[in-house]
Amino acid sequence: MEGLTLSDAEQKYYSDLFSYCDIESTKKVAANGRVLELFRAAQLPNDVVLQIMELCGATRLGYFGRSQFYIALKLVAVAQSGFPLRVESINTVKDLPLPRFVASKNEQESRPATSYSSDSENQGSYSGVIPPPPGRGQVKKGSVSHDTVQARTSTDQQEPASPVVSPQQSPPTSPHTWRKHSRHPSGGNSERSHAGPGPFWSPFGEAQSGSSAGDAVWSGHSPPPPQENWVSFADTPPTSTLLTMHPASVQDQTTVRTVASATTANEIRRQSSSYDDPWKITDEQRQYYVNQFKTIQPDLNGFIPGSSAKEFFTKSKLPILELSHIWELSDFDKDGALTLDEFCAAFHLVVARKNGYDLPEKLPESLMPKLIDLEDSADVGDQPGEVGYSGSPAEAPPSKSPSMPSLNQTWPELNQSSEDTAIVHPVPIRMTPSKIHMQEMELKRTGSDHTNPTSPLLVKTSDLSEENKINSSVKFASANTVADGYSSSDSFTSDPEQIGNNVTRQRSHSGTSPDHTAPPPPPPRPQPSHSRSSSLDMNRTFSVTTGQQQAGVVAHPPAVPPRPQPSQTSGPIVHRPVDADGLMTHTSTSPQQIPEQPNFADFSQFEVFAASNVNEEQDDEAEKHSEVLPVEKPSDPASSLRVAKTDSKIEEKTAASTPANVSKGTTPLAPPPKPVRRRLKSEDELRPDVDEHTQKTGVLAAVLASQPSIPRSVGKDKKAIQASIRRNKETNTVLARLNSELQQQLKDVLEERISLEVQLEQLRPFSHL
Amino acid sequence: MAVCVAVIAKENYPLYIRSVPTESELKFHYMVHTSLDVVDEKISAMGKALVDQRELYLGLLYPTEDYKVYGYVTNSKVKFVMVVDSSNTALRDNEIRSMFRKLHNSYTDVMCNPFYNPGDRIQSRAFDSMVTTMMIQVC
Repeated sequence: MEGLTLSDAEQKYYSDLFSYCDIESTKKVAANGRVLELFRAAQLPNDVVLQIMELCGATRLGYFGRSQFYIALKLVAVAQSGFPLRVESINTVKDLPLPRFVASKNEQESRPATSYSSDSENQGSYSGVIPPPPGRGQVKKGSVSHDTVQARTSTDQQEPASPVVSPQQSPPTSPHTWRKHSRHPSGGNSERSHAGPGPFWSPFGEAQSGSSAGDAVWSGHSPPPPQENWVSFADTPPTSTLLTMHPASVQDQTTVRTVASATTANEIRRQSSSYDDPWKITDEQRQYYVNQFKTIQPDLNGFIPGSSAKEFFTKSKLPILELSHIWELSDFDKDGALTLDEFCAAFHLVVARKNGYDLPEKLPESLMPKLIDLEDSADVGDQPGEVGYSGSPAEAPPSKSPSMPSLNQTWPELNQSSEDTAIVHPVPIRMTPSKIHMQEMELKRTGSDHTNPTSPLLVKTSDLSEENKINSSVKFASANTVADGYSSSDSFTSDPEQIGNNVTRQRSHSGTSPDHTAPPPPPPRPQPSHSRSSSLDMNRTFSVTTGQQQAGVVAHPPAVPPRPQPSQTSGPIVHRPVDADGLMTHTSTSPQQIPEQPNFADFSQFEVFAASNVNEEQDDEAEKHSEVLPVEKPSDPASSLRVAKTDSKIEEKTAASTPANVSKGTTPLAPPPKPVRRRLKSEDELRPDVDEHTQKTGVLAAVLASQPSIPRSVGKDKKAIQASIRRNKETNTVLARLNSELQQQLKDVLEERISLEVQLEQLRPFSHL
Repeated sequence: MAVCVAVIAKENYPLYIRSVPTESELKFHYMVHTSLDVVDEKISAMGKALVDQRELYLGLLYPTEDYKVYGYVTNSKVKFVMVVDSSNTALRDNEIRSMFRKLHNSYTDVMCNPFYNPGDRIQSRAFDSMVTTMMIQVC
């Protein structure tokens, strides 16, 4: 590097700094450690620091030799003065003020105490307040005027002490020196070691007039707690903290602040060096804060009301705007009062601010109220809630896919039906590991139940249903898959609600779960659907959906019995024919519905029920359906169609489906693969239901009914769950195929119908005429 | 989504007004000012008997060709006025309501701050950031 000419003051200053940084007296200083601190304290942007280091050759050499160090310091001064960083500038720039270094964090920490203590008292004669002057003879306090000589001497005295010593000496150095030092290298020792020439100080002082003013301000700001606390602290040898830190510590710890710092054992703090986390509260600090808290609020578990906190912090003489911001940051639960943790955080922020740290935009981690306990609200009370809830909302983003609504419509019935049958549903959910998810699902279920009366489905007629079905089928499939995935992910408990849950789950994941803590929805939900579908008449009136629901509902209760594993793929299918029969009856009643599909779906449900030992009910339902049977003529073709369809699905089912009335006959087939079937069936049923809205509800109900038992077993056996999931997926695919086929049939039938109607119309005019 | 957000005190002076930086910020200020009349009209229309049941959300105050102005009044007669771009057709009433709710919550937080004197300008950074999130979507 080129030669560097330094003025005397600079020479002295730099050598002091170098000594400070050169801990090992090896005449070269590693790039890390003190030097970095020093440069950081220079408050220059990082890239500037890097540039400086590069320019001075330290990066080249890997360490800071004396010359490099001096050059670096000079460059720091250049940078701080606003001149461009050039190698030649170190010599060309004249009258460069000495580089300024802000106290390091450690110092900062002890600073609060010091700053506080550096009240106006500091400005005044410290002598009175000064605690027993340390051996350094730092009793310069008395001289507010820049008594550089004194400072120097004191620093000189201190120098031998070495940086570490400073802390030990509590005693406040002269206030003015403190002020001057305030901008000094964090080492503080450097200041001490500064013994620079007089002029050295003055220019420095001038350069720092602003800062000193700031310091004065700081000292002014030191919260003059009305209580003696501050003052009393001052009495205690401030040494501890102040010294550790910066020059401030050197200076006057006398003041109250030092007291505070003393209590906080700044020295320890300093040495402990929270270099890494500027916002960490050390134990001493915390103790100090706690003591302060006690003065306002003796009960540590209590709150400090906003007004008292306002008074307290106003004493720190920070601008109201900053105090307001500090309050915003620290009042975590936004209740207008400060708990102990909040108070400590606020105090810490005030301290930091007074030491020149900018306030963060959001509360640093280390200052967060500690007693956040998601499970049980600790003393801190609200905070746990805050944290807990902050997490939960994220889980349930309200984004609902557009498909959801239609699914919701179908789900409610199912959910309801499943609910009434299985009061079990809520239970498994609660037991699932992912309580929150479960709860969400519960909520969703209930919500969906609430929100989507079965009416939509009931009301829908074939005309509307077609497209709806298609949509819903698509969605349903997606829901299923989602559900499957979900169930596998966590021991999915309620299978019955699975379908509903799938939907809900999807919703819950995407949607908002109002409160995870809400208990699972009460079982009675199904009532509404039941009420609607309670009467067969209503079923007939409302066409298939209600009937199906009813059937499903009825079937559900018995379905609760454990359907062990979804090993019975045939089960659902078997049911289907049965259901189909029933559905047929219903469908026949509902003119618009496409006969076979509703029936088809119903049958599957019935089968499910049958499989789930609900044979009787199936019979009953079949009977119920049979009541309607007489009405149904199209049932036969429908059944045949159904048969065809079922064939495509499962032979058993086809066999079962052939007879419109053979609901009972089908039952025998059902039993074997009940659980699986149920699952599959649910999906199958669900799909057909999707196609036909009316039946969907019934199917879903059936599925849900079947589900309850499954979840339990599933919950117990993960492998079983996974197996069931696989089976379900297979069923899904099968059902999807069936679905498409059914839709195709539907279209065909519709075309037929249209042609028939056209013919009829053609014939009619004659009749009219 | 909002183009301009304003918080008006009970005495009808602004506590906080912020617009998307455009060339015609004054126009927004003026719109907010004129909308205060509409707000007062709506409040008085409720009648004294209905004060308790008065809904806080006032809805669309008046639409212009480019913008729509929505209003919301708290029980302490502090008014929130929001100007949104008319071209933003996707904005539903519910979303506006939720935005007002957020505004109200943030305003409450500001009020809870003991260092805030009611009647001062709102300088809370948290409030600012919340409003920014509401306005950012416009861009």
